Amino acid sequence: MWILIVAAVVVVLLVVFGILLLRRPKAPRGGYTDTRDLDDVPATEGDTLVEDRPVSTLERPESARGRLARLRGRLAKSNTMLGKGLLVLLSRERIDQDTWDEIEDTLLMADLGTDASLELVENLKKRVRVEGTKDPAQLKSLLREEMLALVDPTLDRSLRTEAAPGKPAVVLVVGVNGVGKTTTVGKLARVLVAEDKDVMLGAADTFRAAAADQLETWGARVGVPTVRSEHEGADPASVAFDAVKAGIDQEADVVLVDTAGRLQNKAGLMDQLGKVKRVIEKAAEVDEVLLVIDATTGQNGMTQAKVFAEAVDITGIVLTKLDGTAKGGIVVAIQRGLGVPVKLIGLGEGPDDLAPFNAEQFVDAIID
Amino acid sequence: MFNSLSDRLTATFKNLRGKGRLSEADVDATVREIRRALLEADVAVPVVREFTAIVKERALGAEVSEALNPGQQVVKIVNEELQNVLGGETRRINLAKSGPTVIMLAGLQGAGKTTLAGKLGKWLTDQGHKPVLVASDLQRPNAVTQLQVVGQRAGVPVFAPEPGATSESDDPTGDPVKVARDGVDFARAKLYDVVIVDTAGRLGIDQALMNQARDIRDAVDPDEVLFVIDAMIGQDAVNTAKAFDEGVDFTGVVLSKLDGDARGGAALSVRAVTGKPIMFASTGEGVRDFEQFHPDRMASRILDMGDVLTLIEQAERQWDKTEAERMAKKFTDQEDFTFEDFLAQMQQLRKMGSMKKMLAMMPGAAGMREQLENFDEREIDRVEAIVRSMTPHERVAPKIINGSRRARIAKGSGVSVSEVNQLMERFAQAQKMMKRLAQGKGVPGMPGGIPGMGGAGGGAAKKGKSKKKSSRSGNPAKRAQENAALASGQKPAAPGSAFGAQGKDLDAESLNLPKGFEKFLGK
Repeated sequence: MWILIVAAVVVVLLVVFGILLLRRPKAPRGGYTDTRDLDDVPATEGDTLVEDRPVSTLERPESARGRLARLRGRLAKSNTMLGKGLLVLLSRERIDQDTWDEIEDTLLMADLGTDASLELVENLKKRVRVEGTKDPAQLKSLLREEMLALVDPTLDRSLRTEAAPGKPAVVLVVGVNGVGKTTTVGKLARVLVAEDKDVMLGAADTFRAAAADQLETWGARVGVPTVRSEHEGADPASVAFDAVKAGIDQEADVVLVDTAGRLQNKAGLMDQLGKVKRVIEKAAEVDEVLLVIDATTGQNGMTQAKVFAEAVDITGIVLTKLDGTAKGGIVVAIQRGLGVPVKLIGLGEGPDDLAPFNAEQFVDAIID
Repeated sequence: MFNSLSDRLTATFKNLRGKGRLSEADVDATVREIRRALLEADVAVPVVREFTAIVKERALGAEVSEALNPGQQVVKIVNEELQNVLGGETRRINLAKSGPTVIMLAGLQGAGKTTLAGKLGKWLTDQGHKPVLVASDLQRPNAVTQLQVVGQRAGVPVFAPEPGATSESDDPTGDPVKVARDGVDFARAKLYDVVIVDTAGRLGIDQALMNQARDIRDAVDPDEVLFVIDAMIGQDAVNTAKAFDEGVDFTGVVLSKLDGDARGGAALSVRAVTGKPIMFASTGEGVRDFEQFHPDRMASRILDMGDVLTLIEQAERQWDKTEAERMAKKFTDQEDFTFEDFLAQMQQLRKMGSMKKMLAMMPGAAGMREQLENFDEREIDRVEAIVRSMTPHERVAPKIINGSRRARIAKGSGVSVSEVNQLMERFAQAQKMMKRLAQGKGVPGMPGGIPGMGGAGGGAAKKGKSKKKSSRSGNPAKRAQENAALASGQKPAAPGSAFGAQGKDLDAESLNLPKGFEKFLGK
């Protein structure tokens, strides 16, 4: 009887809450007068193309090639602890279980996650035992190989920004709040300008205060036009569509679309993101969906990647803020779990501090 | 497969039942699981190490031998210890005795400082203060503009004499230290009693910016320095917290983005490393999504347990027993749920206090916060008025309510006919659901079944979940239920519905309630 009573209480709670809380969105009295939402202003009125500002001296951004080499110092700064620490541990006189535990802790502290850390430790253990080496150089190459295997150099990390005839390549940038999406779009625009591409920016972040202004200033510096909505809270899908449309009309090579940050457990916002992508696809294929992840993100990064992958099918990851003390190890777990490679890394606040990711250089920077 | 700590521990102890005492080996196995759970919740490695040592010591002690179920007992120990570390008391803001109270915000880039400034302003306004926001973040492009917009949304004035950087190329003009100092003078002159200083986000290792923050701190002599940290942060929380503790010596911590599904182990790390209390939690994008921090709830969150227990405990205390028994009987006899029952249950619920508070305790409530926020308590009165406008006959047999009766009911309760229609519709669905439940069937189409649900928890998030066993629901409590469902070989009810994942069968074993629930079932 007890069980039933409690069960009944639970069920009744559910039913009552169900009835009270879940209301159907109400139609206004007298029905809808228009097929558009109130906050959805027709494109011709609301969205204006911001003309290239007459900037007398447009900046000439640095080419993306060789950036990683230049930024290597910063990467090393953030990661020396990891590579050096591991090496020190590995070259101890006797490697006992405590040492292996310390190695595991070191890896865990890089946000690598329990599974990846355990695997790397097991692999190292096996190889050290089999090869029985104490030679530092050999240990180093061994560590390098294992870490490289973890980062997986075989994945295709090139950005698909080649325009199809008549249609620009479309890159959609998504992510949770505060990871640096707008900044990434701005920096990416510079990379593309350096490659002599015609770029168009779409400010589909219509939620955050002043996000569109921020993007516009990025664009203006390298003479890239920005399509934005004049009023806050416009439908992001419509702004994105207009941007791609403008990109087609002006024969741009690449259209970069910035979106508002959203937490992955906000289903409504994730649906909105899905809509943005679908609406863009009415005008042109979306070639690249980049998920921006902050290097400080912990295990939640995996959930982020999963949910965003379901909503918009992400094709690459941009790891930002890697110049701090955080190692961003979570991307390893994401790569392994979802097969989505890291394509770009942000290594500083400077405008040209976004570099293409290269697995080998990355690992070298960590270990050397 | 096993996601929540209590699930895992229960599995670890499966073979131990009846043993009554834990051996060292058992405890070791347990501690490994705890370690893993904490690491997955992003608690920093050194903190985990320390924490597990304490738990191990306590678990080996005498306490456990008394326990009926060692697994539960260990979870209890872990929970208590977590609460210990997180700090028991909620700490309130220190207000200055004379002159304006100065609150300074510091944190990493993208932690949510500017947004938080608005929320804090709004919160203080609601408490009867007169706050002013000071825009000392002259570094990030358009940060000042953002603060102005945020201030406008929150209805709090903004002191921004410098435009700050408007593009990445601008070298920041103006002196943030001077702005902060002027802001305090401005507040003093204009009789604002709280000054909230928004500073530039910085990386922990950026010495120049850290010095600037230090200078601002020295200049305005704040009563509180709040360190804003993202709940999603991983192992770097320790470095960051240490750097800021040394840099600006903060007095309290604000955990932001807690409305996400990160478990927020950072809270534990920061607290353990710096010993500074966590004061507030920021839980959404609106200016009102801001609350005092509750250590006990955070402990459950880190451990991935829902708050249903509190809810049931409360129900147990308040619920009229005869009424509950009547309900239970009705339920087993598969009688129709009528408006009479509905009214009776509403009375019971009311005794338990604020509906909003109870709803927040429901598993899955986190995902529906938006709806919760919009939920108007008076809505209940309105619904009750509608039901009370029905004749007793209509309440028992809602089917007879035709068009003209509806018009009369609407008139009687002062609502429009469409509102009556909506209630009828929702009621019919609830009735159907009750029947299905009583028959021991699941509630498959719940999200679609109850209209308006799709926006709450459905959508993209739910697509993959029923496909893959390994995928995890974003919500801790729901996840536990999914797993329980998987374990018992049932197809999980479409996740995404906070209600759908609940009891499928009236058999207590497969009721899919969180672990630890058994004790309420009298076992």
